[in-house]
Amino acid sequence: MSDHIVILGGGTGGTVLANNLAERLGSEIDSSDVRVTLINDDPEHVYKPVWLYVPFGTREPEDGRRPLADLVDDRVELKIDRVTAIDPDAQQLHSTGEVGPIQYDKLVVATGSTLAPDEIPGLAEAGHDYYSESGALELQDELLSFTEGHLVLSVIGSPHMCPAAPLEFVFMADDWLRERGLREDVEITYTYPIQRVHGNPHIAEWARPIMDDRDINVETFFNPEEIDDGTIHTMEGSELSYDLLVAIPPHRGLDLLTEAGLGDSGWVDVDKHTLEAEHAANVYALGDAAATGVPKAGSVAHYQAGVVSQRLASEVRGRPATARYDGKTLCFVETGMDSASYVEFDYEHPPSPAPPSEKLHWSKLAYNESYWLTARGLL
Amino acid sequence: MSETDIEPAATVDARGAACPGPLMDLIGKIRDVESGDVVCLLSDAEQSLTDVPEWAEEAGNELLTVEEPDDHYAFYVVKS
Ligand SMILES: Cc1cc2nc3c(=O)[nH]c(=O)nc-3n(C[C@H](O)[C@H](O)[C@H](O)COP(=O)(O)OP(=O)(O)OC[C@H]3O[C@@H](n4cnc5c(N)ncnc54)[C@H](O)[C@@H]3O)c2cc1C
Repeated sequence: MSDHIVILGGGTGGTVLANNLAERLGSEIDSSDVRVTLINDDPEHVYKPVWLYVPFGTREPEDGRRPLADLVDDRVELKIDRVTAIDPDAQQLHSTGEVGPIQYDKLVVATGSTLAPDEIPGLAEAGHDYYSESGALELQDELLSFTEGHLVLSVIGSPHMCPAAPLEFVFMADDWLRERGLREDVEITYTYPIQRVHGNPHIAEWARPIMDDRDINVETFFNPEEIDDGTIHTMEGSELSYDLLVAIPPHRGLDLLTEAGLGDSGWVDVDKHTLEAEHAANVYALGDAAATGVPKAGSVAHYQAGVVSQRLASEVRGRPATARYDGKTLCFVETGMDSASYVEFDYEHPPSPAPPSEKLHWSKLAYNESYWLTARGLL
Repeated sequence: MSETDIEPAATVDARGAACPGPLMDLIGKIRDVESGDVVCLLSDAEQSLTDVPEWAEEAGNELLTVEEPDDHYAFYVVKS
């Protein structure tokens, strides 16, 4: 009998893991001792960081899409199918495409985040976002015709994908509007849930003076509860009017993960070092789907995939699994249309943002470009 | 071990949360629960001792108590 490793979700984490396993367990797969299956509900692989650039017209959504089959090693069985339920006791998955259940010996959940704008009354109708492909395209249209008024970027979801992206958006919008001679006519306000401009105090301390220098207004302790008629009403009792609202909507994992008893709000409770699910045997979770307390970022999913791959290889070979995730996170932060900073941190070491430079901006673009090698497991 | 007999509707374990941090996690959970529910936040960040009371006051949510079991804090906040 071969061991069947099933990876649910072919985004950043799932794809890197599938390729890493194909490489690491190549001989076991060739001798049919191990099978690796990757299940994704879309034949295309989506690279979300591209969406930050779409509203400003510098990248196209297609730049963030490639056929998954082109990225995944041939030794991996790729299934395009939507999983609808997990039964952790029977070690089975149910899906829309298969008649019977899919049996697993080891399951890795890598299903990412979904957006839940409906949780805030009025947000779906009034707010724009660049956290989805369609949202980013619509926002591009809005921004192109926005020549005067109040642009508000409001961080509502917590946790949300890429904690740096809201700062990046206002820095880029400021620069983009200046270059087009419109900044005098557009007021920019950034709102954040807590008393700083970023959850991490080191990043907040670094970003705040840049915002002040560039006349970006800041509202903190600002948690929108309802949006109506051009005004945001918050849990704290404040109000803010806007002409163009760009929001980071509430995020959720998949309901089917909560229904399977794996954790709340669609996130899987895991041991933050081993990434093993806390409420089921033989289940791992990585990337956005795993509740680890580290940012929901592609770099995190990438590093975690390396750890899970090593642990799975040890387990199928009957050895103790020793690889551990140390919280490593890497992030380039755009500070304008042609400058960026960079942070790296882990569970023990706080971030210390690098001085913004054009070189770091090009490094970010190069990192995004080389992503297609990362996904293939080559970088 | 809990020192109080408050029954939280939800508990957020943000111990070791590197970024964006325990208060962000608490706010996310407060959004999920009903008015009158108690949320318990577990945090090992010193900063939470000032962050959490400050936000609770700002948002009108009552901070019932702060416990200090072992090496972390447990904040009990009622959603207003
Ligand atoms: C605007 C923006 C900018 C960003 N910038 C950065 C950045 O600069 N750096 C960075 O590190 N991160 C960035 N991120 C975050 C990064 O994109 C995510 O954290 C990363 O994609 C998470 O990887 P994942 O594998 O966990 O999930 P995903 O990449 O989201 O993949 C999840 C996969 O699961 C599939 N799936 C879901 N449900 C099912 C189901 N029921 N059945 C089958 N398949 C299913 C989905 O189709 C998808 O392919 C950014 C995100 C956004 C939105």
